[in-house]
Amino acid sequence: MSLAVLLNDYTLQNVVMGALLLGAISGVLGSFAVLRKQSLLGDALSHAALPGVCLGFIIAGSREMGSIMAGALGSGAGAALMVLLLTRYSRLKTDAALGIVLSTSFALGVVLLTFIQSMNNASQGGLDSFLFGQAAATLRSDLVVMAAVTALALTLVALLWKEFKLVCFDPGFARALGMPVLLLEVILTVMIALAVVVGLQMVGVVLMAAMVIAPAVAARQWSPRLEVMVPLSAAFGMAAGVCGALVSTLGRGLATGPLIIISVSVFVIASLMLAPRRGLLWEAVSRLRRRLRHQQLLTTLHRLALAHGDSHFRSEQGLLDGYHGTHTRSAMKRLAQRGLVARHERYWMLTDAGHEEAANILARMEGRVT
Amino acid sequence: MSDHLHEPELALHVEDLTVSYHGKPVLWDIDFDIPPGVMAAIVGPNGAGKSTLIKSVLGLIPPIAGHVTLFGRPYRAQRRRVGYVPQRSSVDWDFPTTALDVVTMGLYGRLGWLRWPGRKERRSAMEALEMVGMQDFAGRQISQLSGGQQQRVFLARALVQNADIYFLDEPMAGVDATTERAIVNILRRLRDEGKTVIVVHHDLQTVRTYFDWLLILNVRVVAQGSVESTYTADNLRSAYGGQIALLDSEAFISRAGSEGRESGHDEAVDTGADRADAAGADVRERTS
Amino acid sequence: MLASLLGNPAVMIMTVGALVGIAATLVGTFLVLRGTSMLSDAISHSIVFGIVIVWLLTHQQSGPVQIVGAALTGILTVFLTELLVNSKRVKQDAAIGLVFPLLFSIGVLLLNLYAGNVHIDTHTVLLGEIGFVWLDTVTLGGYEVPQSLLSMGAMTLLNALFVGLLFKELKLATFDAALARALGFAPGVLFYALLLLTSGTAVAAFDAVGAVLFVAFVIVIPSTAYLLTDRLALMLAIGVAVSIASSICGYGLAVRLDVSIGGMMAAMTGVFLLLAFLFGPRYGLVAQARERRRQRHLNESRNLAVHLYNHEGEPEQGEENVARALREHLLWSHERSRRAILQALDAGHIQRQGELLQLTATGREVAREILEPGRR
Repeated sequence: MSLAVLLNDYTLQNVVMGALLLGAISGVLGSFAVLRKQSLLGDALSHAALPGVCLGFIIAGSREMGSIMAGALGSGAGAALMVLLLTRYSRLKTDAALGIVLSTSFALGVVLLTFIQSMNNASQGGLDSFLFGQAAATLRSDLVVMAAVTALALTLVALLWKEFKLVCFDPGFARALGMPVLLLEVILTVMIALAVVVGLQMVGVVLMAAMVIAPAVAARQWSPRLEVMVPLSAAFGMAAGVCGALVSTLGRGLATGPLIIISVSVFVIASLMLAPRRGLLWEAVSRLRRRLRHQQLLTTLHRLALAHGDSHFRSEQGLLDGYHGTHTRSAMKRLAQRGLVARHERYWMLTDAGHEEAANILARMEGRVT
Repeated sequence: MSDHLHEPELALHVEDLTVSYHGKPVLWDIDFDIPPGVMAAIVGPNGAGKSTLIKSVLGLIPPIAGHVTLFGRPYRAQRRRVGYVPQRSSVDWDFPTTALDVVTMGLYGRLGWLRWPGRKERRSAMEALEMVGMQDFAGRQISQLSGGQQQRVFLARALVQNADIYFLDEPMAGVDATTERAIVNILRRLRDEGKTVIVVHHDLQTVRTYFDWLLILNVRVVAQGSVESTYTADNLRSAYGGQIALLDSEAFISRAGSEGRESGHDEAVDTGADRADAAGADVRERTS
Repeated sequence: MLASLLGNPAVMIMTVGALVGIAATLVGTFLVLRGTSMLSDAISHSIVFGIVIVWLLTHQQSGPVQIVGAALTGILTVFLTELLVNSKRVKQDAAIGLVFPLLFSIGVLLLNLYAGNVHIDTHTVLLGEIGFVWLDTVTLGGYEVPQSLLSMGAMTLLNALFVGLLFKELKLATFDAALARALGFAPGVLFYALLLLTSGTAVAAFDAVGAVLFVAFVIVIPSTAYLLTDRLALMLAIGVAVSIASSICGYGLAVRLDVSIGGMMAAMTGVFLLLAFLFGPRYGLVAQARERRRQRHLNESRNLAVHLYNHEGEPEQGEENVARALREHLLWSHERSRRAILQALDAGHIQRQGELLQLTATGREVAREILEPGRR
């Protein structure tokens, strides 16, 4: 299949559009959830959507997207409330409360699911596809609902941007300024349930947790500013969605949901490794460079001392800078912390331990050369 | 009661305030006043309810009994006249935001709903950063600032609020000597402009050099008033109880101790040395 | 006798259900107390990956190889999570939520690709089929014993041995890891052993209840017990009782309503939790509300005593130490002021002198004790 054929494929078009919507909403709202240290709330709310989906189905009598989404939103909000009640009014910790709500509401969902099946309703087909999502079954009418939900959430975030930002960073200060902090927190939480609702069709309740967390974690690596991080997170979410959707067309029986999750995980791994400054590889390289710089400084001082025949020979800061062609003050301070050099005003000298270390380095270097 | 002014000539008037923390009262029926234009310290042993008091005044913890007025009105009506510096440890400094951004947050209350901060707000935030000597770090991510720099950013956020009364919760905790002096200088300047500055303070040694008004707290108000009349061995002993042995040696006699602490930081050498000396002399004069 | 029990589907289903609960409770109690409950969620999802891998390699669907192999994936999950956390780029909860969906997704994809017609389809993965456990049997000593009964029984025994033998070490490592380390008990090793057993239990319980419902048994049952008692041993005992009760009630209800048995058993654990949350003798919502009310009323009358004490003998006493001041200065409601005054009168803390509320000697002592705790 060529790309042109692919792009004209009706099903694929729907899947891609759904994936874009999911990526946008979960990327944006996930950023706030992760920053508020509520990463797993998405996990709990998505599992809790299952009984709501079933109730929506029972009430509507058919697999109608609007009522199913309303049901999922309702049970998601109920689950969030339950987590709040359990953590506030019992001695249980947050993680236990999340686990309780997640597993028992999922159990309730399973019970309702089998209840619907036992009613032997002909139209119940594919209700359990919400477990893993069934992106290929997405209809244009589903997309309209998903788009409306996404637009609503994104508009709210744009309108309440600075309030959300302050509530996430410093809720105490926000309250002192007179902001209705509790209300804003409730809105943020309920909007996670909105993201879950959009994700139901695409990735299903089980894998939704990653869609909330992963784009945000990846985006956080690349930018120190919320104004950049949130759009970037949405972009990662959307890109992962499209990747997953396209890859799933390559082979028969490849489920879109897991592929989207794998794509977004790849983004996370790449970002954790490669991002400038916060990336692990970046850090490793700069640590190596720092170590080399330290070794150079030590051997320079050592050689100068040898050349002057004075083990307490003092080198001036500016001289070291000039010799190495860069600012060495912070490196020298670090060496001082390790007890290898000592400072006198603007002058530095090696300590005994410093001489020993420098001699070791030189010996090792010569050993390598010969 | 909220309509007519109640004690309008006082910057802060607290009457019969009882506040509980996790269902247990930590402050019992507190009465105190702070006049405008002073730099006041709130001291007391750990768990005395210092931070709880500030939070209650700012409406963050609802009181069980009593009431608070600022310049004659309750806090809700005076929000715009209040600047607040929470404890530095109360936020996650890994949050993706810059120093300038944090300072701009001080203007969010004034901006109101739906409006985004613009060039004007950023300019005032920049001016506040300049006041605390942090203008070069405006674009820096906050996690890359030192503890003292983070504290200055927090102070700048309160400065930009352009308030009449400032509340600071342990602003000198865990900062270097330079920052501590810079903070004190800024607070003094605020006071000299006629503003009221109220600081939860942990270091008894510096109370007399930094402040002119004092509230000693331990479950109740042990003493309040000008520092000269309040900072007495008797008052401190009744607030700190068993820890007084430590006090006797440190706060009353130690000149050497505080001097050693000052010169321990190498950054302190450049500008602050003579001022530190003057402050030290001040301590000696008053103690003898 | 034994043969008829083993041949009775209802008994077998309920027994397996109870064993899942008991085995899960034994390890889950420590996870909940350590504040690492959600690790069990991650583990139970990730073992799907392990089960598929082991199946691809050995074509074994159950048995010890499967349990050990898949359990190692559980450990892998925890290890990867800790790796992420230690990189300081990701917080613990986010790390959990990153690792298990990835492993789970890979597991599901492998299933899609290679295991089209095995009995582990994606549906069973999540839900299990406890209703059919009695069908899959092996012969043992002349009896037809359900496979699940054997594996769950073995895991329960193993967990019980672990907890029984290392009870005090686990207790110490859970409540004071620093001290345990200082005493040389290697809390880290204990913790990993605990997680290995959790993974093993999850694998063994997999056919019966699936990945997600297992979480209910690990987290909800110990949490229920935690709301009912402070003692660790009692917590385990209550956990066992709740497991058995959930299994029996769940089975009964599921059969009556013709719904998923595993789902109903897990839902029942939620019902018990809710009951404990609402009506627990000490930590229940009702008991706590009553206690808070009592405390509040007590504090009100103590507050009154302190207020009177503070203004006693001062010039403004006539203005402060009267009923009206409670409303105007303390901003108490009329009802609240009345209640505090009546209570203080009853307790003999105060007496009326015309308008004035006067402290008695007892009342003065009460106030003094609050304000100057160090005096006595």
